[in-house]
Amino acid sequence: MNLRPDPTFYPSPKLAMEGPPEILAYTLMLSPDFSQPDGLAVVNVDPNSPDFGKIVHTVIMPNKGDEFHHFGWNACSSALSPLTGHAFLERRYLIIPGMRSSRIYIIDVKGGPTAAKIHKIIEPAEVFAKTGYSRPHTIHCGPEGIYVSTLGGGGKDGTDGPPGIFIMDCQTFDVIGRYEIDRGAQDKHYDFWWNLPRDYMVSSEWALPPQFENGIVPEDLLSNKYGHRMHFWDLRARKNIQTIDLGANHQMALEIRPAHDPVQQYGFCGVVVDTTNLEGSIWTWWRDADGKFQAKKTATIPPQPANADDLPDLLKGFSAVPPLVTDIDLSLDDKYLYVACWGTGEMHQYDVSDPMKPVLAGKVELGGIVKKTKHPCGKVFGYGPQMVEISRDGKRVYWTNSLYSTWDDQFYPGERGGAMVKADVGANGGLTLDTNFFVEFPKGYRTHQIRLEGGDCSTDSFCYPSV
Amino acid sequence: MSPELLSTTAGLWLAVVASGIYHGVNPGMGWPLAVSAALMERRAYALPRALMALAFGHLVAMTVVLLPFALMTALVDWQTEIRVGAGLIVVALGVWLLFNRRHPRFLARVPPSRLALWSFLVAVAHGAGLMLVPIYLGLCGIVETDAGHRAATALIARTAVLSIGVAAVHTGAMITAGGALAFGVYRWLGLRFLAKSWFDLDVIWALSLVLVGAIGVFSAL
Repeated sequence: MNLRPDPTFYPSPKLAMEGPPEILAYTLMLSPDFSQPDGLAVVNVDPNSPDFGKIVHTVIMPNKGDEFHHFGWNACSSALSPLTGHAFLERRYLIIPGMRSSRIYIIDVKGGPTAAKIHKIIEPAEVFAKTGYSRPHTIHCGPEGIYVSTLGGGGKDGTDGPPGIFIMDCQTFDVIGRYEIDRGAQDKHYDFWWNLPRDYMVSSEWALPPQFENGIVPEDLLSNKYGHRMHFWDLRARKNIQTIDLGANHQMALEIRPAHDPVQQYGFCGVVVDTTNLEGSIWTWWRDADGKFQAKKTATIPPQPANADDLPDLLKGFSAVPPLVTDIDLSLDDKYLYVACWGTGEMHQYDVSDPMKPVLAGKVELGGIVKKTKHPCGKVFGYGPQMVEISRDGKRVYWTNSLYSTWDDQFYPGERGGAMVKADVGANGGLTLDTNFFVEFPKGYRTHQIRLEGGDCSTDSFCYPSV
Repeated sequence: MSPELLSTTAGLWLAVVASGIYHGVNPGMGWPLAVSAALMERRAYALPRALMALAFGHLVAMTVVLLPFALMTALVDWQTEIRVGAGLIVVALGVWLLFNRRHPRFLARVPPSRLALWSFLVAVAHGAGLMLVPIYLGLCGIVETDAGHRAATALIARTAVLSIGVAAVHTGAMITAGGALAFGVYRWLGLRFLAKSWFDLDVIWALSLVLVGAIGVFSAL
């Protein structure tokens, strides 16, 4: 606890953009065959440092088979909420769930780049016993504590009851219990985020554990059995107030990115694939004057024709490579939406100044199932652009390349190595890869989500408008 | 604040106003919510409207704590015991808040649209009303001496009016101080001031309760 709010807490997105640039990034490393324990890499991203673009420290966990995916901070700018009174928390701990093991690690990163260490481990049994959920995934800090979304319910295969969100104490990290009082039609889960002063939450659906843990199930996908709905919640009443079905062909509605400025009542959601035409799509959702939520497809990304010989078994029959929109991220000024096309190997930058009309403003080609575009430094970038994170000032964009162990192997057979790259954003949009930044990871590790020291564009929730 | 000052009417009323200002400038009592309301609605008049809701909640919280003590003034022969007991309760709450530094979680369940309810619950949960009790009982003691041995009903009527008066003056001072800060931040100082000026009052708040309670005990003896 501090006597003053943590200097990395900002009342508004605009003030966060004016804060100092990040000098460290935290990147998750996972062992896809579970032969090594997963870990956290601390990467120097200070261009003035001789260690720029290098891993300066790693924290290796004591267990194997956790499968790290997403993670988050114990506290962020939401601590300045005038309603909650947690202004004196420290942004100090990273909460890293093991998506396969349901184990949760609390990593203390205070004390400089090489000081990161394990603070606490929450064993899977505690999560199961206190919540009835399994396979924890997305972390957000909010009212009453840390919110953790899960992908599985109870039982061995996670299908005994629906998955949901649970709450952890933000100081002791005790698991408190389930969030939902009335979940309505929600029976699958993926991402969630909210507008704190407006008091609503939005969640999305990926799939149930048997549909992802051992790889994508093509029959389920072609029969539209993956998630395709968004759920809207009364945040503090913990009630599902509306469900929007995007249409069964819009398979896998993943990342939810609300406008950071809390005055705005819209946001985006990425859909991985349309099973009628292999398109990826961006949806804009908003709350209308009557308080009802609406959603509309506002951008599509077409598949690219390909030779069956260049495609993995899974895609041979289609003679095309789908873009596979697996992650999206919105800059703090709500101006640029970054869209990872993991299948085709592209990172798109859309100008979403008009959220109903995204305009492609920049694009980088890197990796890809067919194109396999090399990085300008000459190195091979395996897989495609995946988890993307934007600096607070919006000038730098970082991304890694692995989607999920078993899915990587289906779309990109063979081990292709973990990587993390950086691109610079032009003054009027546009995206250019930094030739000097290509982080290679220890052998056998793949990479997933990135967090930036002091907060980034997918962690902090702000309680005051940008004025 | 010295025990001598707390034995005079003027000194006690000064304490009522001072505690109001103290509660008002404490961000935990809600002035940042008024800033947020004005910014979110993009209308300046949302600020005074939010302040009114906060003031109403605070006023009710003060009144419900003070009124039972007004009724107890009928027990004329037990005044010393009541004042000592009340002082000890306030000290005990202060000590408890010193060691139990957790924020009550139920406060996070109140929706942002229910500002008056939020303000009421926050004031009750943090003992804002109890902080006034020793000061109020001091004023009651003076009323009683003036009144001599009147009928119990008349005494209760006088102390009940006094309790509402104390709650109103305190809340007036509270909302004037908090409102001035909220308006200053909204109009001139900006949100950066909010993050920079906010400091942890938890320990000071708990010690204030201990201090006020202790003065209450000593001035009763």
